[in-house]
Amino acid sequence: MKRFDYVRPANIADAIEAGSAPGAAYLGAGTNLIDLMKGDVVRPDRIVDITRLPQLDAIEALPDGDFRVGALVRNADLAYHPDFAAKFPLVAEALLSGASAQLRNAATIGGNLLQRTRCRYFYDPASACNKRESGAGCDAIEGENRTHAILGWSKECTATHPSDLCVALAALDAVVEVEGASGRRDVPLVDLHRLPGDTPDRETDLAPGDLIVAIRLPAQSAGFARHARYLKIRERTSYAFAMVSAGAALEIENGAIRRARIALGAVAAKPWRAVAAEAALEGATPDTAAFERAADIALSDARASGDNAFKIDLARRVIVRALLRAAAGTPNRMPALPGSAFAPTAGELDHV
Amino acid sequence: MPLPLHLKINGASHEIDLDDPRVTLLDLLRERLYLTGTKKGCDRGQCGACTVLVDGRRINSCLALAVSMDGAEVTTIEGVADGDALHPVQQAFIEHDGFQCGFCTPGQIMSAIGLISEARAEGDAERVRELMSGNLCRCGAYAGITAAVLEAEQRITQAEKEKAA
Repeated sequence: MKRFDYVRPANIADAIEAGSAPGAAYLGAGTNLIDLMKGDVVRPDRIVDITRLPQLDAIEALPDGDFRVGALVRNADLAYHPDFAAKFPLVAEALLSGASAQLRNAATIGGNLLQRTRCRYFYDPASACNKRESGAGCDAIEGENRTHAILGWSKECTATHPSDLCVALAALDAVVEVEGASGRRDVPLVDLHRLPGDTPDRETDLAPGDLIVAIRLPAQSAGFARHARYLKIRERTSYAFAMVSAGAALEIENGAIRRARIALGAVAAKPWRAVAAEAALEGATPDTAAFERAADIALSDARASGDNAFKIDLARRVIVRALLRAAAGTPNRMPALPGSAFAPTAGELDHV
Repeated sequence: MPLPLHLKINGASHEIDLDDPRVTLLDLLRERLYLTGTKKGCDRGQCGACTVLVDGRRINSCLALAVSMDGAEVTTIEGVADGDALHPVQQAFIEHDGFQCGFCTPGQIMSAIGLISEARAEGDAERVRELMSGNLCRCGAYAGITAAVLEAEQRITQAEKEKAA
């Protein structure tokens, strides 16, 4: 790990000033950043420890019914917050399907949004990676790429965004509150992350020094609370990143779908909201045929970026199954294996 | 420039002048305070061998910068027994043969203590397995570990009920 200067600002203004300098990086829990620094993947000159900034760790219901979650709230604290989880069970299930209990106790909500891809070539400084070093080339294109992107990728980069939380937030129209040198602004979560194009090293719309201070879930999205599920296919039962995941949320009235929300994870450089598929479900009967039509629409632009054509079919099936589960209803109690393909539902696969 | 750091570790106060901000909580415990019960497995947050409690919550000490933990209360495996009386989780691991080589065991035990205080498993083996998934055991002693955690959870919950009554 490269040596760095350590500063611990006492307020947001000082943090932004310290964080605007070239080579500066904000430190939350560090569950991704310290790992990247140990591997020499990220080499900051200055660490700006934001963990003591005041008023960034609250979960609050706002007067208009929106929920506001401070950037320093820990993943576990949000997932287990009774009022929040009752209104936004999709977020709770996505959070609990991710990482391990230890990591969820530490990792922050703001940090989750800004975690880096788990592309192995990005993590290996001996490999070429356009994301790590602009113009260096991409070893993933001709390499081990079965986990890589099927939507929105470019010749320069096929890495995926690994967050589960962001999939739920994209589906539920979450807004990110960003504070920077020129004041505070709102960024829709779906606009925070960029597709790679020919600048895969530019991952978000944040400028140097920009600090995520909170996320907001709109009151309207609590209307999906009764029919919302997260489904995450991974290569072991727990504590693994998604191969493909989907968040599905429905509002069902008199046997017909009034509103639908679908987002995919681990398929692109950003959480992938499937707006056209959602529109196709409006007014439909919530059944397998309608869900298969929606899944086809969601994947209509998908292309393999390597040995990962199977992910296109997998993503279709994950969408259908997530929608079927959502239609069946949000469980009263969080499943023992959140977001798992194994679940103690009649007719589904058992684990162990 | 030294970085002053105050930590309470297993009940004892430590004033530390850290000469390097790169030191993780794990390396501080093992290499500078000689509390070698906490193990370094992967050093990358993937195995759980380094699990300790910080302010009562289980975390991976390998991914925490020591300097950022200033003011925290840390509990390690060295701090859980009451003199010669083992912690109920330690006792249950022995009774259920919850280990083979023992390298992952301090992390497993600290993780189990954290799990029990979080109170999310509710006596369900599947929930215990899920909530212990951040602790790998390469010997594969998972069956014994699960049984030990379930028994310790039951014993601790029962003792707390009796205390409250």
